[in-house]
Amino acid sequence: MPRLIDLIRAGHRIERHHPWPRAVVDGDTWRTTAHAFADGGLSLLGLWGEPSRVHMAVLDERTSDIGVISLDCPDRQFPSVAAHHPPALRLERTLHDLFGLQAMGIPDSRPWLDHGRWQTRFPLGERLDASVDAAPYQFLSAEGDSLHQIAVGPVHAGIIEPGHFRFTASGETVVRLEQRLGYTHKGVEGLMAGSTIEQAARLAGRVSGDSTVAYGLAFAQAVEAAQRIAVPPRALLLRALMAELERLANHLGDIGAICNDASFALMQAHCAVLRESVLRAADAAFGHRLMRDLVVPGGVARDIAGDGADAIRAALDQIRRHFPALVELYDNTASLQDRTVSTGIVAPTLARQFAAGGYVGRASGRDHDARRKPGYLPYDGLRFEVPVLSDGDVNARVWIRIREVEQSLALAYQILIGLEAGPVQVPLHNAAEPCEGMALVEGFRGDILAWLRLNGDRIERCHLRDPSWFQWPLLEAAIEGNIVADFPLCNKSFNCSYSGQDL
Amino acid sequence: MRKLLFQSLFRQPLTEQAPRPDDAALAELAAMVGRTARRRLGRSLSIREVDAGSCNGCELEIHALSNPYYDVERFGIRFVASPRHADVLLVTGPVTKNMREALERTYRATPDPKWVVAAGDCARDGGCFAGSYAVVGGVSAVIPVDLHIPGCPPSPIAILRGLVSLLEAVDSGVAAR
Repeated sequence: MPRLIDLIRAGHRIERHHPWPRAVVDGDTWRTTAHAFADGGLSLLGLWGEPSRVHMAVLDERTSDIGVISLDCPDRQFPSVAAHHPPALRLERTLHDLFGLQAMGIPDSRPWLDHGRWQTRFPLGERLDASVDAAPYQFLSAEGDSLHQIAVGPVHAGIIEPGHFRFTASGETVVRLEQRLGYTHKGVEGLMAGSTIEQAARLAGRVSGDSTVAYGLAFAQAVEAAQRIAVPPRALLLRALMAELERLANHLGDIGAICNDASFALMQAHCAVLRESVLRAADAAFGHRLMRDLVVPGGVARDIAGDGADAIRAALDQIRRHFPALVELYDNTASLQDRTVSTGIVAPTLARQFAAGGYVGRASGRDHDARRKPGYLPYDGLRFEVPVLSDGDVNARVWIRIREVEQSLALAYQILIGLEAGPVQVPLHNAAEPCEGMALVEGFRGDILAWLRLNGDRIERCHLRDPSWFQWPLLEAAIEGNIVADFPLCNKSFNCSYSGQDL
Repeated sequence: MRKLLFQSLFRQPLTEQAPRPDDAALAELAAMVGRTARRRLGRSLSIREVDAGSCNGCELEIHALSNPYYDVERFGIRFVASPRHADVLLVTGPVTKNMREALERTYRATPDPKWVVAAGDCARDGGCFAGSYAVVGGVSAVIPVDLHIPGCPPSPIAILRGLVSLLEAVDSGVAAR
């Protein structure tokens, strides 16, 4: 089985790509890599394109190495990875929609983000004008006696993002779920190309609003890697503080919302109070409830307010006082457990195959956390544990969140103690030569990949891969054999980002 | 669970604690929404939220309106599951081309009289997504808008304040569509 380092050595190594290597390889090495994904030695972290080039980010599961394999495809064709490794499928369909790059041998060539409404085809490649053609999308079929279809969305019943779910059910039991996403596609990568670093940072913070800190951090780290800039220690700690507050707020919101989808509103009310206390503390400390536009390349945009640390400590204390009773409530309410235990199971093999990050992966035995592997500052100096379970059901995804709330609390306290005076931002260089950088950052939902090429103070190309890309398909698998009425519960336990995957 | 419920019976409601000026403003605002909504629409105002392409930041803050601090339901303002039950469409996001038809159809499915509130900077003019091949622009490029609530995202207080302005405008005779 090939190691990543061998695959990189087999290609032409690109200078000025940091912190991990990138190599341009030939078609054979590309195919070898695709087979290695299927064997399980390597994991796919991302697959993205340029007008006549494809890249994939690879994680070597044995050595924890990360690298990028690139293939030039002047004829706009490349060997399909999805033919051997299904997690690449939606990414390859997207490559065709955005760039016109054709994956040869792809098992499903339907469009993904392109709904036929852009008046243009291949918007990031060689553009073609197109008339608006909203031809009906061909959903996959399921055949058998007394099957019926239920179409849901894109406008849903709750206050959530738009997407379409097509269920095929036999009575109450779901036989097949097929997702159709792309409704919130805003063309972020198109807007970023040619923009200034500052404009692109704002866009990165708006890829998925609930992860605005994590996206800001991923983008900033990629810029800093490309320009080889070291961020001051205080800025690193403030960034981690914001990231942990964001994780706390989202996990608290999710725990409540999952229970609410099992009609247990009491938990929702209590968790919402704790979530609100985090947001108010963030507002007091950093001037924005979601801490948007605060992590910027070079550091943080503003220092914590004078009484900010006290406000945050008060919120943390409140959670530490009240959360254990809520955990006990969750654990001891049989009617609630009846809904969450053994519902929506993701098999550990699937989580591994899709390299699913966050609570989806960790509830199904995949022990991966970008704060640990590859790891980034300041987490090497902080104590925390990465909880892992293997049941893979809704209950396990709730428990992972509960444990992570406890870990984030502990981390936030440590950071507040370790906060020392100092600068919070350093200026960026204005590099003469193009340079490339990438980053892998742990958002509340999982690992966010950022890759970019800078040319002076401009972004030449930037790709941001949301963790949801490798989680959405697992939801299709998780719901199979469950009843339709449990779908909201399963969906909330995943809480994938629509906007993050639609980009 | 009994202990938690028991405590809730005796604890002061979170909504009525007023330790900071923010909370005082909220209480004042809250009373105003209550009076005006009742005068104009009986006891209720039903809102259907439509994400027309947002980053989901606005959705987070709209969700917060239902938490015990803001608790909009106490004024009869409810979020409903279908546009057919709604008085107000609360639309977020730059309208993406892929969502345009869904938004138009949701608008048509909403019975008259109806109002449209566009929440967030993107919903005004597309925000930082304006000019993209995949974006139509603000909400008013697709359906008529009665009120814009600025912010990225607007805070729950700002959204409440926006709903008050709408109710006052409605009260002073601005015709619904």
